[in-house]
Amino acid sequence: MEDTGRKQPSAPEVIIRMTGIGKSFLGVRVLRGIDLSAHAGEVHAVVGENGAGKSTLMKILAGVHQPDEGVIEIGGETRSFAHPVQAQRAGVAIIYQEFNLLPERSVADNVFLGREPTRRGLVDRAAMEAATARLLDELDEHSFGPRDMVKDLSVAQQQVVEIVKALSVDARIVVMDEPTAALAEHEVELLYRLIRRLQSRGIAVLYISHRLREVFDLADRVTVLKDGTHVGTVQASEVTTAALVKMMVGRELDAYFPPRAGEQAVGEPRLTLRNAGNGKLDGIDLELRAGEIVGVAGLQGSGRSSLVKAIFGAEPFTRGEVTPVRPGNVREGIAAGIGLVTEDRKAEGLVLNQSVRDNALLVVRAVGSRSRAAVADLLERVRLTPPRQDTEVKYLSGGNQQKVVLAKWLTLAPKVLLFDEPTRGVDVGAKAAIHDLMRELADGGTAILMISSELPELIGMSDRIVVLRDGRIAGHLPAGATEEAVMALAAADGAAA
Amino acid sequence: MKRAIPIFLVLAGLLVAIAAANPFFLEPAGFLAFLKRVAPLAILAAGQYFVIVSGEFDLSVGSLVTVEVVVAARLIDGDESMTWPVLALLIVIGLLVGLVNGLVTTKLRVPSFITTLGAMLILSGAVFLWTGGAPRGALSQGFRVFGREGVWAVLILLVVVTTAVLLMRADFGRTLVAVGDNEKAARLSGVRVDRARVLAFMISGLSAAIAGILLGGFAGVSAQVGQSLEFQAITAVVLGGVVLGGGRGHVVAAIAGAFTLEALFTLLNLHGISGALEYAVQGVIIIAAVAAGGLRLPALRLSPSKV
Repeated sequence: MEDTGRKQPSAPEVIIRMTGIGKSFLGVRVLRGIDLSAHAGEVHAVVGENGAGKSTLMKILAGVHQPDEGVIEIGGETRSFAHPVQAQRAGVAIIYQEFNLLPERSVADNVFLGREPTRRGLVDRAAMEAATARLLDELDEHSFGPRDMVKDLSVAQQQVVEIVKALSVDARIVVMDEPTAALAEHEVELLYRLIRRLQSRGIAVLYISHRLREVFDLADRVTVLKDGTHVGTVQASEVTTAALVKMMVGRELDAYFPPRAGEQAVGEPRLTLRNAGNGKLDGIDLELRAGEIVGVAGLQGSGRSSLVKAIFGAEPFTRGEVTPVRPGNVREGIAAGIGLVTEDRKAEGLVLNQSVRDNALLVVRAVGSRSRAAVADLLERVRLTPPRQDTEVKYLSGGNQQKVVLAKWLTLAPKVLLFDEPTRGVDVGAKAAIHDLMRELADGGTAILMISSELPELIGMSDRIVVLRDGRIAGHLPAGATEEAVMALAAADGAAA
Repeated sequence: MKRAIPIFLVLAGLLVAIAAANPFFLEPAGFLAFLKRVAPLAILAAGQYFVIVSGEFDLSVGSLVTVEVVVAARLIDGDESMTWPVLALLIVIGLLVGLVNGLVTTKLRVPSFITTLGAMLILSGAVFLWTGGAPRGALSQGFRVFGREGVWAVLILLVVVTTAVLLMRADFGRTLVAVGDNEKAARLSGVRVDRARVLAFMISGLSAAIAGILLGGFAGVSAQVGQSLEFQAITAVVLGGVVLGGGRGHVVAAIAGAFTLEALFTLLNLHGISGALEYAVQGVIIIAAVAAGGLRLPALRLSPSKV
């Protein structure tokens, strides 16, 4: 049972085969022609940058989304899932980054949630707990039992519960989405052991990660996705880290970006952080100067969004020195001339049922500012097309919505403007307009900090790049750094740091 | 404002139907009497609108109206010279109850449904305790004139409506709607979310005070004067197309909702349908109005056929 099952000699049964999968959301193609297969006992890693389409592909397999084209075969049979329950019945278990567990219920309750064994119409707790105990035993997990409350378990233990859940439904395919993201170093080893046990049971494991070390530790094969397309599938033993990185990022900088700031354009410091930190960040040293666009790179969970929220005052810094002011809340941030274009504009940036005008004026109204820039001029400045003020924002395209968010902050004439994924979900035309506008603002003396998961954008726009990892600054890179250099710093598993 | 069109069509239809059944309605005196009757509910609906559009509820206004009337009668006790001081006190009580509702909801994070349900029970209990079930004292002539003289009632109604409209056009109103629409985005834009909501509750409390002043003169002193007014006010607001949960709807439409509800009661009355049915009718209306809010087209189609 303990043998690793890696590179099994016998020709194993193909459990899952996805062929030519394509998917569009609202006319935007996010996946095209993806092929992916896995056989019994294989760990197949799926890698790619943020936004490459990994999650969408997995959600299609999970029955959350339906593919527009392509075929899913499980155990040789063509299947289509209209609902996640159907995928589950077909033997697909997904372990998301955010666990689907009820914290106030016991481990056994969670494992059998929605399919509790019954006896004479009542839930048969004894059977449930016995079955859970048996599965825990098989996984060699003795640190907790079926009756423990999920909320009392560590993250790693909760992950085990998810795996037990998968085993209890006789899953043949287990998909793990960034399973190590929330784990401590020593817990990762335990996870490896669990995954090898799954392999030895003949389960196909699809392992999504951007951490290449894990990929090489675990995977038999690796499939690389990029911008929703299938770059290739390779044997893990036959590829080097460098080659894999190249497959992940090696695209041409085909997009147009406005010219960078000249030497003389960069002015006095607008904001200086010295050893700043809070619950999620530590030892941040950073200077933002007038006229400069500073890019922030980092993997999900590296603290990128926390950084801009801390500077803005939404999740303030609790230590360190910030000049001229360390805002303790949003209003102090705004008073200091700081604006934040949030990552999720629908949830955090806009009041969707209100008009363009109401959205554009939200900040000045909130702070009771006397200066009321003419909304019409603002909308022209952000190139809203058509520049109608009375349209409810929910009816606008992603690009136009983002322009409205920008207009909202321009009313402040901000000294510092923070952008979290400024062009996510924005079409190409609006993207260029937003890029131009960002550069225009910088040229006008605004200090800009921009987070982007899209490396070409980050590199194309930034005058310099700061890379975050685990809530700290992992390194600084000059303008025009290569994608490989950024990725190396962001994903460095000890080696490149 | 587009959402508000159906309610005006329904209202117009009802008014025509009333006029057909009772031509007196078209004479100035008849119409004035109608306005006088509508005024308290319309004012309550205006106040309730501010709370609902911010994403909350105020269930305490009915009991608050009773408190206002009972307190007024007891303190004035027929003494004309007490009229103005007591009026001032009533306004303060209304604002204070709103302030407490608002602070409990925002600072203690008690859902407003529970906060104001609690306030409703506390206020009813207080009235009962204080009066023993039978209010004592009497209102002064100077007090009763507001509710009794149609001109006064209409004047006060006009002032309330105008103030409400102006408030909703001002920064306060626009940010309040933003809070109801997307609290998080509003907060991240620098809106003082809690302050906006507390003010909305205070406006609702104030509207209950004004409605109480009118009802004291109009309906007289009793421990039942405000009974179920909170539900009528909420029904009116919902009928006006204002979305429960906040962020959508117009204050004028909410007031039109109050007119529609009162017109419907009047019409039922004219056709000899028992007042006892009012509750059932109201129940049907509130459910239908919320359902229609989900499917807008049927609401539009329904309205002309009602005529």
